[in-house]
Amino acid sequence: MDWLNAIVQGVLLGGLYALFASGLSLIFGVMRLVNIAHGDLIVLAAYLALSTTLILGVHPFTAILVVIPLMALIGYVLQRGVLNHTLGDDILPPLLVTFGLSVFLQNALLEGYTADPQKLNVGSLETASVSVGELSIGLLPLSTFVVAIVVIVFLQWIFYHTALGRQFRAVSDNADIAQLMGLSKGHIFGLALALSLVVCGIAGILLGARTSFDPAVGSGRLIFAFEAVIIGGLGNLWGTLIGGIVLGVAQTIGGKINPGWQLLAGHVVFLLILAIRPRGFFPRVEH
Amino acid sequence: MLVVLFLVAAPWWAGRAELRLLGEIYLYLSLACLWNLMAGYAGMVSVGQQAYVGFGGYMLFALTMFVGLPPIAAIGVSAVLAAALAVPIASLIFRLNGAYFAIGTWVIAEVFRLTFAQVNALGGGSGTSLPVSIVKSLASSRSGRESLSYFLAIGAMILVFVSIYFFLRSKRGLALTAIRDNETAASGLGVNIWRTKLEVYVVTAALTAAIGGLIFLQKLRISPDAAFSVNDWTAFVIFIVVIGGIGTLEGPIIGTILFFLLRETLADYGSAYLMILGLVAILVMIKAPRGVWGWIAQKYDIELLPMRYRVQLDK
Repeated sequence: MDWLNAIVQGVLLGGLYALFASGLSLIFGVMRLVNIAHGDLIVLAAYLALSTTLILGVHPFTAILVVIPLMALIGYVLQRGVLNHTLGDDILPPLLVTFGLSVFLQNALLEGYTADPQKLNVGSLETASVSVGELSIGLLPLSTFVVAIVVIVFLQWIFYHTALGRQFRAVSDNADIAQLMGLSKGHIFGLALALSLVVCGIAGILLGARTSFDPAVGSGRLIFAFEAVIIGGLGNLWGTLIGGIVLGVAQTIGGKINPGWQLLAGHVVFLLILAIRPRGFFPRVEH
Repeated sequence: MLVVLFLVAAPWWAGRAELRLLGEIYLYLSLACLWNLMAGYAGMVSVGQQAYVGFGGYMLFALTMFVGLPPIAAIGVSAVLAAALAVPIASLIFRLNGAYFAIGTWVIAEVFRLTFAQVNALGGGSGTSLPVSIVKSLASSRSGRESLSYFLAIGAMILVFVSIYFFLRSKRGLALTAIRDNETAASGLGVNIWRTKLEVYVVTAALTAAIGGLIFLQKLRISPDAAFSVNDWTAFVIFIVVIGGIGTLEGPIIGTILFFLLRETLADYGSAYLMILGLVAILVMIKAPRGVWGWIAQKYDIELLPMRYRVQLDK
């Protein structure tokens, strides 16, 4: 029963990791950009939510109404103001610029909020749970998992059923020709990062509700996101969910055997999968 | 040449604090040159070189404490071990391209950190100090130890710098730049990409581990967080190379000087100082991607350490 419990918790944890990962996957799909500051942006969202709850005295989940537009704005401005200048054939500039951004954000948060761990207080939801047989499933992890699925469905819908998604796919396939057809590459890339940061916003709030966070935890979230993306296969959002679940289960089972092995077990499983299936479980077939 | 001689003689003219600072500068310059070799010449951007710095440090402690090797021999052995370890690691992470390779190296560093944190004999998560008897075995007097560790640092720097210089001037170095500039074309000309990259990765790992050993021989204390710190051993190093000029031999030297000037003036500001570092790196990468040295070289058309262009002309 303990083991089953660990697996269920791992699956639910995987939902959170899939949320971390889908924003990363999205911008890679559209503009081949790997954002090293992704994890720090998630943490930034958690802090924005914290400030909103403190200033306006609202519930963290209401704070989402402030955090999401703010993150979208940051994403658009960041892309147009900074990252668009780095995109090209050379992978070095975007990599190093987002790395610099990561260092900047981490220390800006440290300066603004100190290194003390913080937590978003979501009230009774934190401890509430439902019983399924002998299992007791926390409502917060469960709702996080549901949110992850909703977000992925939503992103898929945007990608394949809206004009915006068509533009995303067009610039992804060939940015220059898309530009000739009258699309503004810079604008669309800006929208893509805005959308990615909206997902970061949701992920950040759920992260903050689940565990305590401090300015230094961003790089860890980036690594989990990255592992979920690679395990699931590049460019496949449902694969990313599976990747998150694999990682989450590996961590909870590892942690069950020995608390010190939790993170290590996740990394080791990731490396094993990289050794056996270098392209992940469900690499993008076409498009 | 004169500058180098002047610096080698530092124990006779510099005070204790200056000597320590200079030693640290040499080790950072070595790390920067090695990272530059990988990123600037071989096109492999790693954000996980702290894996080898920490490994070298921990191996120094383990080999001296449990095997009884003298510290300098232990550093040599740990370089060999790092090279041996780097081969299977490379075969794994070379499956990842570009930026994903970078994060893959980070995962490896995390695995190293978490693994060493589990080793209770080395102090687990809180780390351990080098026993006094081993420290004393280096040299009996304190000033003797300080001079020795200074000579080791400057020696390591010269070794790293000279080997990179000759490597890049060799045929393999040319192959390397060919790969960086155009992988497909290089492979078409018969360059074995995978092998060349592997060689660079493994040699860099070994030398980085040796530098790591020297760093922790200076510090005399090690812990997983200090040994595998991404800020100390990768972010600062990347900053140095980017500011100075990536893909040039002179760049890391300029970058190291600028970095330490900044650090000595701004270090009191703590995280604000790191924010400035991050911002400066972003600005340089966008406005002057070839760094300070690239800008100088272009403006005045000079090269202090001519190699690439001349090699190409002679061909």
